Amino acid sequence: MANYTEDDLAKDLQSQEYKFGFVTDIETDTVPVGLNEDIIKLISSKKNEPEWLLKYRLDAFKIWKDMIEPEWAHVNYQKPDFQAIAYYSAPKQTKKYESWDDVDPEMKETMKKLGISLEEQQRLTGVAVDFVMDSVSVATSFKEKLKELGIIFCSFSDAVQEHPDLVKKYMGSVVPTTDNFYAALNSAVFTDGSFCYIPKGVRCPMELSTYFRINAGGTGQFERTLVVADEGSYVSYLEGCTAPQRDENQLHAAVVELIALENAEIKYSTVQNWYPGDKEGKGGVFNFVTKRGICERNAKISWTQVETGSAVTWKYPSCILKGENSIGEFYSVAVTNNFQQADTGTKMVHLGKNTKSTIISKGISAGKSQNSYRGLVQIHKNANNARNFSQCDSLLMTDQCGAHTFPYIECKNPTAKIEHEATTSKIGEDQLFYCMQRGISEEKAISLIVNGYCKEVLNQLPMEFAVEAQKLLAISLEGSVG
Amino acid sequence: MEETISTTASKLGVFRSGLTLTSIGFEREAINEALEYLENKEFPTTREEAWKYTRLSKLSNTSFSGNIQPLLKSIPSVHNDSFRFVFENGTLTERSSEIATSIKEVSSEKLIGIKSEPQLFEALNLAYAEDGLFIEIPNKTIVQKPIELIQVSNNNKATNLRHIIRLGDFAEAEITLVYASEEKSNGFLNVVSDIVLGKGSKLTIHKLQLENGTDFHFSRENAKQDKDSTLTINTLTLSGNLVRNDVNVKVAGQNAETNLNGAYILKNNQLVDNHTVVDHLVAHCQSNELYKGVLYDKSTAVFNGKVFVRPDAQKINAFQSNANVLMSDDANVNSKPELEIYADDVKCSHGSTTGQLDESAIFYLRARGLSEKSAKSLLVSAFISDVLNKIKNQEVLDFIQSVLNKEHDWDFEA
Repeated sequence: MANYTEDDLAKDLQSQEYKFGFVTDIETDTVPVGLNEDIIKLISSKKNEPEWLLKYRLDAFKIWKDMIEPEWAHVNYQKPDFQAIAYYSAPKQTKKYESWDDVDPEMKETMKKLGISLEEQQRLTGVAVDFVMDSVSVATSFKEKLKELGIIFCSFSDAVQEHPDLVKKYMGSVVPTTDNFYAALNSAVFTDGSFCYIPKGVRCPMELSTYFRINAGGTGQFERTLVVADEGSYVSYLEGCTAPQRDENQLHAAVVELIALENAEIKYSTVQNWYPGDKEGKGGVFNFVTKRGICERNAKISWTQVETGSAVTWKYPSCILKGENSIGEFYSVAVTNNFQQADTGTKMVHLGKNTKSTIISKGISAGKSQNSYRGLVQIHKNANNARNFSQCDSLLMTDQCGAHTFPYIECKNPTAKIEHEATTSKIGEDQLFYCMQRGISEEKAISLIVNGYCKEVLNQLPMEFAVEAQKLLAISLEGSVG
Repeated sequence: MEETISTTASKLGVFRSGLTLTSIGFEREAINEALEYLENKEFPTTREEAWKYTRLSKLSNTSFSGNIQPLLKSIPSVHNDSFRFVFENGTLTERSSEIATSIKEVSSEKLIGIKSEPQLFEALNLAYAEDGLFIEIPNKTIVQKPIELIQVSNNNKATNLRHIIRLGDFAEAEITLVYASEEKSNGFLNVVSDIVLGKGSKLTIHKLQLENGTDFHFSRENAKQDKDSTLTINTLTLSGNLVRNDVNVKVAGQNAETNLNGAYILKNNQLVDNHTVVDHLVAHCQSNELYKGVLYDKSTAVFNGKVFVRPDAQKINAFQSNANVLMSDDANVNSKPELEIYADDVKCSHGSTTGQLDESAIFYLRARGLSEKSAKSLLVSAFISDVLNKIKNQEVLDFIQSVLNKEHDWDFEA
């Protein structure tokens, strides 16, 4: 491989097939295709939901009906037919498992392929996994340990049944149903997701993690995640996604809300590897996600994402820095290959005094993909001494891909300091030359440079997650990342 | 020429009904196209991306009577020795006919191919242009003196001017554009310049905006560069009620260089909106952009710079930088530097900063006996000097300095 060149890398990238493309054969319970009030009522009754939640769903549906799909993003795709989607699908066994042995062996196999052996995780790593298989959680571990500390970590439907007050108080407080087209859709039809509450002053001793998988054909996933960190608490939350190979486009429109009360800190890490479509750009998941967090005084929210999958990504994890001295961070690596399109970035809304935000975004485009960074830094009038630093770098791997940067910077306060910088280039020939001149093969040199390029973001991932992230990056950029 | 406006109920329709269709010899087809585009259009709102931060409601609610007041002040002059042209309230009153003519006197063959982009103010301009300059520099000609084009207004009139600037192969020229208005002026001025640069030609434009009235000013340069050419446009907004600058450069020849520099120093309720597009169509080119602004009082600045690198336009170096200093609690800045890159072997970067003057620097100067005001002025002038240093013509620099001293009361002695 001594003559491994950038062209070879580009070729490798193009021929890289999706490795996690498999379908688990589990009977599923699906509602009829289409979207109307009856379907919503059906979903709600299937989940045995209280009256207020049904009302919330129906209100959202009413709002959604009058909304139009956003078109401003730098992406091109065949719009999904919202009436051709089945909005609910749950594995048939509704009975909760008594013990690990009761779990369907097929599902165990699925998890194994994903690299999450539950037993092993229970024993070795101290990661509690709430595994979501098509919308209903089937296995929850470490519940006892978390319970001792008063931490609630359960599926969203359980939270609705067991902690309705908390759900009612915080749901929709950061992402209102009126926020955007997909958030409204999600509010109307969401099936399940995760709920997490950390009580006052508690530092969550382990990384909380949920794996999402789209499984039954033709069912969009509408996840709802709500993380509430009460005063002075800390939580690190991990979310990872891989999806089986499929030909028709699948829609994924999740809503994630984070609430960091005074002095609290939330670290939210995502590895996203939905099916990106094949080499001809056929199929693949549409990932239209609304993620937003709100920081009260002295609170901190940190988003870290490694985006390697999806045919179309439309995702802007944001922070509303409401309280004084609050901090927002966004670290992102977005890799696009073949015909993938990504329009991703963040919004940092500075409302409080002395608020700080950092944005580090690294885009890598290969094949014929289009990779855009779109971000907003908004300093409001009362945000004295607000501080922002943004850095958006793009790496181009082939001459047919595109990398774009669309930052919006709005400042209404003279004491704010805002810095934004962006660069777009390919791997520097001088850098390659430097490495090779010192006896490093070209392949290794490319790997070294790409690695170093993403390091700032990868370093932000929690230890337990770093392995998974590196695995996915390696799959997306095989041959270059070691 | 007669025309009927079907949508007189719309604000743009009312606005258009006060205008007279152009008598310049543009192609009939181009004029019709522009009129067709304007049909059923309205003034843009902030919902349109290109006007996101600039409200035009004031303009759409203003009716222009067409009144013209006599000029009270002397007409500004930048150069001692120049080819001088003066437009008073849109009428050409002074000219140096050896270098250029009024566009009205140009035969229509020479105007073939001039069209408007589907953009409201450009279409308005083509359909209703009153006058303008036609400058054509022959091949291998170096214009020895600067060409000075001064537009002064004191009116309540909507004026559309269209300039054509063409440089032949290896020609060189320097053009100073001055836009001034008097305190009581509250007109509408819409200037579009079509600029074509031949092979190896060099053009420098200094655009100096110092309107003191409450005018609405729209100014647009559409430039196209052939290979080995160099285009420099320095846009200096020293005063103006509502100023919108659109600089569009299509780099269509290899090894061309594009420099766009801008500075804006605003006070009161002034608003300046700088939009630039550098479109790299071919390989091996260089573009630099530097825009710096200082905002006092309730002023607002908008910067939207866009760099396109088209597929196969390899080896492009494109740099873009925007820096702003806010001097008051009510000042506002919106910056949006954009890159759209479709080729891989490029070096493109942009940067944007917003901040305030360094307290310790002010303290340093004050400790050395400067008043707070002059300390601040000194730091502001140092901040702007990055842009001013790009201007090589001393007369232009002196003129800018004198305007700034007057407008912002800069005084480094006290």
